[in-house]
Amino acid sequence: MTVEKIVMPQLGESVIEGTISTWLVEIGDKVEKYQPIAEVMTDKVNTEIPAYHTGEITAFHAEEGETVAVGEAIYSIEVDGKGTKEQQNVEANSKQEDQKETIDSQSMKTRYSPAVMRLAQEHQINLSEVNGSGRGGRITRKDIEKLISEESQKPKDELLTTPASENKSTNTEQKKKAFTQSLPGDREIPVTGIRKAVATNMVRATTEIPHAWMMIEVDVTNLVNYRNAEKDHFKNNEGYNLSYFAFFLNAVAKALKKFPQLNSSWAGNKIIQHKEINLSIAVGNEQELFVPVLRNVDEKSIKGIAKEVHILANKARNGNLTQEDMSGGTFTVNNTGTFGSVQSMGVINYPQAAILQVESIVKRPVIINDMFAARDMVNLCLSLDHRILDGVICGKFMSHVKEILENISGDTTPIY
Amino acid sequence: MTINRHESLGLSDQDVLELYRMMLLARRVDERMWLLNRAGKIPFVVSCQGQEAQQVGAAFALDREKDYTAPYYRDVGVVLALGMTARELMLQAFAKAEDPNSGGRQMPGHFGAKKLRMLSGSSPVTTQVPHAVGIGLAAKIEKKDIVSFVTLGEGSSNQGDFHEGLNFASVHKLPVIVMVENNQYAISIPLKKQVACEKISDRALGYGIPGITVDGNDPLAVYQAVKQAADRARASEGPTLIETVSYRLTPHSSDDDDSVYRNKEEVEEAKKKDGVLTFAQYLRDLNILTDSVESDLEQSLKEEIDQATTYAEAASYAEPKSIYHHVYGE
Amino acid sequence: MAVLSYIQAITKALAEEMKRDEKVFVLGEDVGVRGGVFRATNGLYEQFGEERVIDTPLAESAIAGVGIGAAMYGMRPVAEMQFADFILPAVNQIISEAAKMRYRSNNDWTCPITIRAPYGGGVHGALYHSQSIEAVFANQPGLKIVMPATPRDAKGLLKSAIRDPDPVLFFEHKRAYRMLKEEVPETDELIPIGEADVKREGSDITVITYGLCVHFALEAANNLAEEGIDAHILDLRTIYPLDQDAIIKAASKTGKVLLITEDNKEGSILGEVAAIISEHCLFDLDAPIQRIAGPDVPAMPYAPPLEKEFMVNKDKIEQAMRSLAEF
Repeated sequence: MTVEKIVMPQLGESVIEGTISTWLVEIGDKVEKYQPIAEVMTDKVNTEIPAYHTGEITAFHAEEGETVAVGEAIYSIEVDGKGTKEQQNVEANSKQEDQKETIDSQSMKTRYSPAVMRLAQEHQINLSEVNGSGRGGRITRKDIEKLISEESQKPKDELLTTPASENKSTNTEQKKKAFTQSLPGDREIPVTGIRKAVATNMVRATTEIPHAWMMIEVDVTNLVNYRNAEKDHFKNNEGYNLSYFAFFLNAVAKALKKFPQLNSSWAGNKIIQHKEINLSIAVGNEQELFVPVLRNVDEKSIKGIAKEVHILANKARNGNLTQEDMSGGTFTVNNTGTFGSVQSMGVINYPQAAILQVESIVKRPVIINDMFAARDMVNLCLSLDHRILDGVICGKFMSHVKEILENISGDTTPIY
Repeated sequence: MTINRHESLGLSDQDVLELYRMMLLARRVDERMWLLNRAGKIPFVVSCQGQEAQQVGAAFALDREKDYTAPYYRDVGVVLALGMTARELMLQAFAKAEDPNSGGRQMPGHFGAKKLRMLSGSSPVTTQVPHAVGIGLAAKIEKKDIVSFVTLGEGSSNQGDFHEGLNFASVHKLPVIVMVENNQYAISIPLKKQVACEKISDRALGYGIPGITVDGNDPLAVYQAVKQAADRARASEGPTLIETVSYRLTPHSSDDDDSVYRNKEEVEEAKKKDGVLTFAQYLRDLNILTDSVESDLEQSLKEEIDQATTYAEAASYAEPKSIYHHVYGE
Repeated sequence: MAVLSYIQAITKALAEEMKRDEKVFVLGEDVGVRGGVFRATNGLYEQFGEERVIDTPLAESAIAGVGIGAAMYGMRPVAEMQFADFILPAVNQIISEAAKMRYRSNNDWTCPITIRAPYGGGVHGALYHSQSIEAVFANQPGLKIVMPATPRDAKGLLKSAIRDPDPVLFFEHKRAYRMLKEEVPETDELIPIGEADVKREGSDITVITYGLCVHFALEAANNLAEEGIDAHILDLRTIYPLDQDAIIKAASKTGKVLLITEDNKEGSILGEVAAIISEHCLFDLDAPIQRIAGPDVPAMPYAPPLEKEFMVNKDKIEQAMRSLAEF
């Protein structure tokens, strides 16, 4: 005697479940094969379902009104006799032929796909020295991409330790380096995350870019007066500060529009001159410095710029900046004056062409018309990539920024 | 007083009893398939119930040693009468390797067996009509005494292939019998929404051939009509269109719910005219079907169908790798 | 050997097969007394009589379907569609019935029918007498599709098609009928279905095509030979199922592959040929796979300049071949 669990049949080509409308038998009932057991309702048909064995009903697994998926048990039956146990249909077992790896482990080593060939050429990689991870030792596109990204990390290590070594080997094994040992009481801070990225970028920028510097002095007395007159009103209306920085960004964007050579990137065998003026700015929280981007600054009012700086600074403080917020910059303006600095040499935000440092505004005696006058003065410091730019164009750019800033008023530079 | 109508048709008492046995076998096989479907054992049933009389009556009128047939999906009665067994039908229902119709490749109701000269059928309806005409054409070219018999439903008589096939056969005077089993419904669409003519057989006029309508519940009337058509065919007088009128007693298929488009009373009314019942009564009235003959018959059919079911359920499916076989001749 | 035109080669193949095997017969519109609108069955009615050269009612599904029934009986019908464009009413019979007959009956029934149809443009046939419709059928396992390019191939392949145990669609380019002539063996030459043929050996570029375009490609190759460009030309001959080995071999030989069809480009069989090459020949390719095809407009218009714009021709092919050679 065996107890069989009987499942909900599939009543229709696309039917997935059925509802037991009525049980036509009770637990303990003796039933004959093909005797109706239950009424079942589905999306397509309503029907009686018959027993498939002669025997005794031992349990229901679903109540009347319950909806049961096709293939789920609905009742159990103790089957009469021995030989009535359902014969299993012998599912033809197709022997899974073992797919033997017949390809020699290095047979594909020198079959280069077009993508691998292109990447190798662009990055001067000697493919005969690369170990492929593909079948048969084939070098995959991913193998090359990984190598390229490892290569870009390399100069950092080499500079810190063995600046003279020109290890261009593609072997991924890193040589052990003799770093400074820490002394008792020293705190070791692991170089990870943002710090590591900053380190990498700075090393790359300072080693690759031939930097040159330039500084001008700007009289921003008009700007200070204008801003002081508007700031309280602005704060009340908008809820955030009318910063000087917004005016500097505005002036830089206007000047970049006139001198697009500075709004460029180095791209190896070419210089890309950008159409959009997207200014990277440095904002920080307690631990970290971020460089988010204000887009299309030339199209924005002073208020628009101030608002965006405010939003990005908040995001930075709360750690909510996205990769999107931080990509696409074409020129960097750094507000070093915040800390009281009056002169600094910025490191260019690779691969941009230049960075402008806005120093602290200080009141200083200045001779105007052979007379001393107390004026609000600010230094603007420019670092430039001498591969892309030279002194003449940068000098013109800086003069233009100066001219804009010195002539700021409600007429030339409306806030809204 | 029931009159003996079969004697004049050249049928013996034994013949009509065998005819009835075949009708009843078709009915009982069909009923079993529904039970197996509702028990979740087979995925699909498409039924012959209500059409057994015309199917078996027609098949008996053919020369079952040499004529060709192209049955449609309800023709359980036709295929049994031509020599397919209950076991073979069950093997088809369970889609097992030994199914002679397709080896488990096609759904139930897609008949075909070369040993029985029964053309393989598909699901798009009425494509079999031109095939049957092609058999007739071959018979004519080869000068063989062969009749080609094809069936379809009344809804399918709207298809282009019905018209193209019948017209071809008529123009070339081919030995073809086209029998439309008019069961009143094409799934849910009633006859009056399928055709505007009074009778399907009226369409014969357009082909210049005889069109006959007979009671599909009366196997002897159908036998007589098909016999005459076969005689015409063998005498090179061309094709005949026969309409057999009956009623589909079940839903279209195991996937259909007919209560949506017709009421119970209509079905109950039709059941009174069920050919299986009325022909049994005819045989009882003539004392051919006695109580003992009847109970022996039911018992032997049950055993036959039980054995067929058990055998088919236990039989093997085709090997999965066999899916790649017989795309082309090997 | 006699010089035969493409259409004479077709007629000769039919006559030879009907003489050889009494099961072979022809059916179609105007094939009997008229000898076919293109004269492909010219003389067969007189030679074999009206019962084996059958003028049918104008109904393509019946021509195919009745042929299928006769084939199931054991005859060897050769059905003619007057234009390939008019085969569409018979698609259900060809795809649902003929293609699946052997498979659905588990090898019980077979359907050895040949369906001939003239295809192709450049004959002022406009939209409905110019189409290449082979792609409609070229993903139907169970069917074979033959599109011969030369008179000799036409004869040898038609004889093979008639003797084939499965349904064969046999598409004949109607412009080739009287334009192409060559010496054709008098012998009972059978050319195997399923085998492509190298029509010209070369080492610089590989052209893979079929039908009338083979002829244009050969003309272009002869011109280019004077410039020192050596083209390898593979004629597919059977476009379903494709001769994968021959395609792979031809593509690998030069690594620069030009595929040509007269059919509309998107969804043509060239896409399948290109897929075979990209699956198997990545490391042998020396240039992107190129295609020349008809434009993706519904069909070829009637007005001569519009028809010319649609049609693939020798000049278009020559230009593409040169450009690929220079890549």
